[in-house]
Amino acid sequence: MEALKEFVNILSGPQYSFTLTLIMFYLLMKYYRIIGTKKFAWGFVILMTPVYLWFMSDDVFRTIIATPDNIPISILLFSVFFFTWLTVHKAAINDERIEAGECPIEGLPENREKVWSWPNLVYNELFVIIAGTIFLIVWAIIFKAPLEEPANPTWAPNPAKAPWYFLGLQEMLVYFDPWMAGVVLPVFIIIGLVAIPYIDTNPKGNGYYTFSERKMAISCFMFGWLVLWIFLIIIGTFLRGPNWTFYGPFEYWDFHKVVAEANINLSEIIWIKMLGTTMPSNLIVREIFGIFVILAYFGISGAMITKKWGQDILEKTGKIRYYFFLFLVLFMATLPIKMYLRWLFTLKYIVALPEWELNL
Amino acid sequence: MSDKSIVDQVRETQVWKSIFRHGPPNNARNRAAIVAGNVFLHLHPIKLKKSGVQLGYTWCMGGLTFFIFLSLTVTGVLLMFYYRPTAEYAFNDIVALREHVPLGIMREIHRWGAHAMVITVWLHMFRVFMTGSYKPPREFNWGVGVILLVLTLLLSFTGYLLPWDQLAIWAITVGSNMAKATPFLGHGGPGATLAQIGDFILVSDKNDVRFQLLGGRFVGEPALLRFYILHCVFIPLVVGVLIAIHFWRVRKDGGISAPL
Ligand code: HEM
Repeated sequence: MEALKEFVNILSGPQYSFTLTLIMFYLLMKYYRIIGTKKFAWGFVILMTPVYLWFMSDDVFRTIIATPDNIPISILLFSVFFFTWLTVHKAAINDERIEAGECPIEGLPENREKVWSWPNLVYNELFVIIAGTIFLIVWAIIFKAPLEEPANPTWAPNPAKAPWYFLGLQEMLVYFDPWMAGVVLPVFIIIGLVAIPYIDTNPKGNGYYTFSERKMAISCFMFGWLVLWIFLIIIGTFLRGPNWTFYGPFEYWDFHKVVAEANINLSEIIWIKMLGTTMPSNLIVREIFGIFVILAYFGISGAMITKKWGQDILEKTGKIRYYFFLFLVLFMATLPIKMYLRWLFTLKYIVALPEWELNL
Repeated sequence: MSDKSIVDQVRETQVWKSIFRHGPPNNARNRAAIVAGNVFLHLHPIKLKKSGVQLGYTWCMGGLTFFIFLSLTVTGVLLMFYYRPTAEYAFNDIVALREHVPLGIMREIHRWGAHAMVITVWLHMFRVFMTGSYKPPREFNWGVGVILLVLTLLLSFTGYLLPWDQLAIWAITVGSNMAKATPFLGHGGPGATLAQIGDFILVSDKNDVRFQLLGGRFVGEPALLRFYILHCVFIPLVVGVLIAIHFWRVRKDGGISAPL
């Protein structure tokens, strides 16, 4: 048992769990018709329940999970699983119908038929209100709202964590400087979200669940939402202890865990390790390789992607839409890329200009 | 008279008729009148496509979000009776709230409701995305929604500070430290050191965005007052107005989306 727990601890490390999440995401996108069946859902529940109970039988894990402020994340997790399955389930059914030349379920005559708001809609709302009220009251009776020591500006708790819905951003601080993780990336998330309807000109899939008619849009959105946003929140909440050090789900937060971090900048790798010289004193010369890498990433890889996959969308949606979309996707991809560069090469910054507070 | 049920008798009283200007919902005309004649219900269309009513389609997530927002408003007002936003009183008022107020679960409902609203608003966005409901003619309403999402997070974030305990001030410290790194506008962000005229530093910790947000260089009493006003007055008002626009547009854009 202990060996198994040790194994789970290691497997939960960001590098492995993120890779696993990527693989799971790929499988979800590829085999969504199987995953969307009720059989699969029940199989999953039956298989995962003992695993969950086994996790919960561990004191360390239970302490973290049952912290009142962490309850919402469990709820979030369960509802994300459920609703992701539900959309996939509905999309799979509709996709099969569409392939057979039929209309999606939502378009069947009995579903297009107009019904009275009273009682149909109003009673549904009443049901939701009652269910919501009961849920909130029960939750409020079981879990007391936390209150810690009075505020003390001279003594910082360790770890000091932002509210859970921002922990994805705080977790990004491991890989990016605050100006990226805390400002630029969130701003681009907001801009990107607002821009979605103007970028995605595909008229299909408006008003019904489908996957096959909107593969590109749905995979991009789900990647950002499940693989990046939700995943990072979970790591940040459950698996980051004192000093933002990684702790496995069964690992006690003992404050003394020291992780040797010998991260190194790209400029140091090239000038010192590869060329065997000292670092040039001119800042731009010193960082020239990193600057080139960034430009090449957006320019050359952008051009290559366009050539290989993008022509179609470029023609359909026009230049502005396409290049903006490409930019957003490449920008989103910098996060996983930076994560892997850190794990594989202990790379710290691609461009390191602490003199200007500009590190990438 | 005697063969009529009690319900019908009540329906015929002058009091009842003065409040509800329509008969029982047993015919088309009355059903329409109920929805159109009530200020709350008239947010709804009188009739709508069946697919738009089904819980399996909308999950009623937007509706649930709105309901939680209303619950938070009510419980929030109750909490305001007991709470004073000063460094001297804030924490003790919360302690008093949990120790001296009988049957006090208002703070719990408010706190867990705030968390729940963040979750439901995310799920609502997820549903709207998965049904492609942001596509024309609903592009603008999607944009309104994104702003609502951001404001929901900010509401939750500003409220997090108010208990004035260790959890609160350090979470807000971590969060607001990010503002310090805003390019050009934060004193620790890229470009800030470039903005200098001679020896005079334009962007410093005494005037950058974080200072404006907190009313100081750290999370202190001015920050508490700012967050209190943002949390209890400003953001809820803006959210209220935007929700009104959001609902109006759901109707004007043709109701809940359905296959064309
Ligand atoms: C405070 C937050 C919000 C509230 C109270 C709210 C409320 C609602 C309600 C009640 C509906 C009717 C249908 C339903 O219940 O699903 C709706 C529809 C809609 N919402 Fe929201 N919403 C919020 C945030 C958002 C967000 C974050 C987005 C997207 C980014 C969004 C985009 C839309 C769109 C496009 C529709 C039309 C859907 C359709 O026609 O199928 N809303 N909203």
